[in-house]
Amino acid sequence: MRKRTTGLAIEATSLVKSFGATRALDGIDLQVPEGMVYGLLGPNGAGKTTAVRVLATLLRPDHGQARVFGHDVVREADVVRSRVSLTGQYASVDEDLTGMENLVLLGRLLGHRKPAARERAEQLLSAFGLSDAADRQVKKYSGGMRRRLDIAASILNTPDLLFLDEPTSGLDPRSRSQVWDIVRAVVGHGTTVLLTTQYLDEADRLSGRIAVVDHGRVIAEGTPGELKSSIGAGTVHLRLRDPQQRPEAERVLAHALGELVQQEADPVLVTARVSGHGTDVEASEQAARALAELALAGIVIDDFSLGQPSLDEVFLALTDRPAVPANTDPATTDPANHEMEVAA
Amino acid sequence: MSTAITTEARTAPATYIPSAETLGTVLAPGARPPRPSALSASVTFGWRAMLKIKHVPEQLFDVTAFPIIMTLMFTYLFGGALAGSTTEYLQFLLPGIMVTSVVMITMYTGVGLNTDIEKGVFDRFRTLPVWRPSALVGMIFGDVLRYVLAATVILTVGLILGFRPGGGAVGVLAGIGLLVVFSFAFSWVWTMFGLILRSEKSVMGVSMLVLFPLTFLSNVFVEPTTMPGWLQAFVNVNPITHLVAAVRSVMAGSPDAGAITWVLASSAVFVAVFGALTMYRYNRK
Repeated sequence: MRKRTTGLAIEATSLVKSFGATRALDGIDLQVPEGMVYGLLGPNGAGKTTAVRVLATLLRPDHGQARVFGHDVVREADVVRSRVSLTGQYASVDEDLTGMENLVLLGRLLGHRKPAARERAEQLLSAFGLSDAADRQVKKYSGGMRRRLDIAASILNTPDLLFLDEPTSGLDPRSRSQVWDIVRAVVGHGTTVLLTTQYLDEADRLSGRIAVVDHGRVIAEGTPGELKSSIGAGTVHLRLRDPQQRPEAERVLAHALGELVQQEADPVLVTARVSGHGTDVEASEQAARALAELALAGIVIDDFSLGQPSLDEVFLALTDRPAVPANTDPATTDPANHEMEVAA
Repeated sequence: MSTAITTEARTAPATYIPSAETLGTVLAPGARPPRPSALSASVTFGWRAMLKIKHVPEQLFDVTAFPIIMTLMFTYLFGGALAGSTTEYLQFLLPGIMVTSVVMITMYTGVGLNTDIEKGVFDRFRTLPVWRPSALVGMIFGDVLRYVLAATVILTVGLILGFRPGGGAVGVLAGIGLLVVFSFAFSWVWTMFGLILRSEKSVMGVSMLVLFPLTFLSNVFVEPTTMPGWLQAFVNVNPITHLVAAVRSVMAGSPDAGAITWVLASSAVFVAVFGALTMYRYNRK
């Protein structure tokens, strides 16, 4: 039976986990309230996955304590396991088996008899739009379908806590928004979700609270609004037709936004932070005013976009250094992600 | 052109739009059934191994072609020289070559486990509230089927070439039974290595390093009486020697109680020691 309390789903204190010389978790503290999506936001290697693996009973912490619904993840691992599910970063389904076989297998392992397991599998496949692919091997699924099957497998027994480790990494925009809708439905039915992500906009859209993780520690925690107001509401990107107008454009922007204009290597690009006092509406107003002033000044603009601060900018603001060294995963630093959201 | 478009529109899967309503029906918390018994969970994992064989039947190549080649090769290579005729030698060799082939196949348990873990599906299995060893026990259940298959293939080849066991059908079945029991137990050595070693290749490498001396430095091909003393000392403590002696005696219709006891006792030790080491690693992976 599902317990309805307003307690904590996860309570972790000073978790430490080292792999050789690497300290993946360096005293992480987390308090995740029941019934919401809680975002763990951070770059590659920040310790998000290690934290999830400790909380899901896959790894033992070297030091510190973690409780899931009040049960210790080491000493009462079996109780914890009966209440959580995990969708890992890499497919946690068997690629050689079909979608149907995967779900029936899990249903059987969770104690359903064969007919009940089959019936549940059919329901899930249909709800996740996979009925047509039920008898196809998972290795022939697209990335989005595989991810959906993975989540379907995780909610087979309607867990009280669901771990989603970077559920949208590597997915196209349509599949991403499908996963978002599913996450909203899952949390809407009372399951607590711990979601890790590298994308600020994803954490922002889904989470009730966010913890920003870096080097195995939580460096900031709060509601999305609180976090954003601490780092400015967004960024304006301009593409000029004439590079000679750049100094003039920078002057106008600095005046309109009251913020420093960042230096760009490309002579036709101008980027500026929008403070907006933390609210999206004010940020849009400021950006619109800036656009009007640019037009009045006779500056020709080919492209204008307002995006949320990227993870990079969050990190710059919180740590005074970039989130990721150059040449790592381009997805984390790609401004296209943010511009796309504005265009959509 | 227009027909092509309509055909495509009909066959292309409709875009999936998650609906709160349909998701709601599967998210409504149902009664959670009681957790399955240790045996039921292991059998379910064994079913998974069967499904994998069904979808990737090529993997049975190892348990069919390899034993046939081994049997033919050694029968004709050594038969004339060692026993005067190949048929004569086959009566001695067949139980031994059956043991060698099947014991060699056990290493794929480690290789398979290593690849499986690499892929991430074990993360899900390890977060399930089921009897901990069931995923591995089920996997080895699947492998037992392969051992039976390999033994049957070798027996068939042997019968065609002129193997006439004195113990008859009962003796042969009992021999295969002993071999399968030992192989099941011996597989736990490889699950341990499959969990410790980093790659599939290193699991293979270690397996070969262990299996070659173990199978060849035994009584499989010749009686140890002509070997130097130090080698006889090794051959006599080699578990494969005792297994071959037991299987040979049972198939010949004159069971060697000492050897059979030795096989059963060593099987129990392998499961206890390497099963425990495997589970220790499995829980801390």
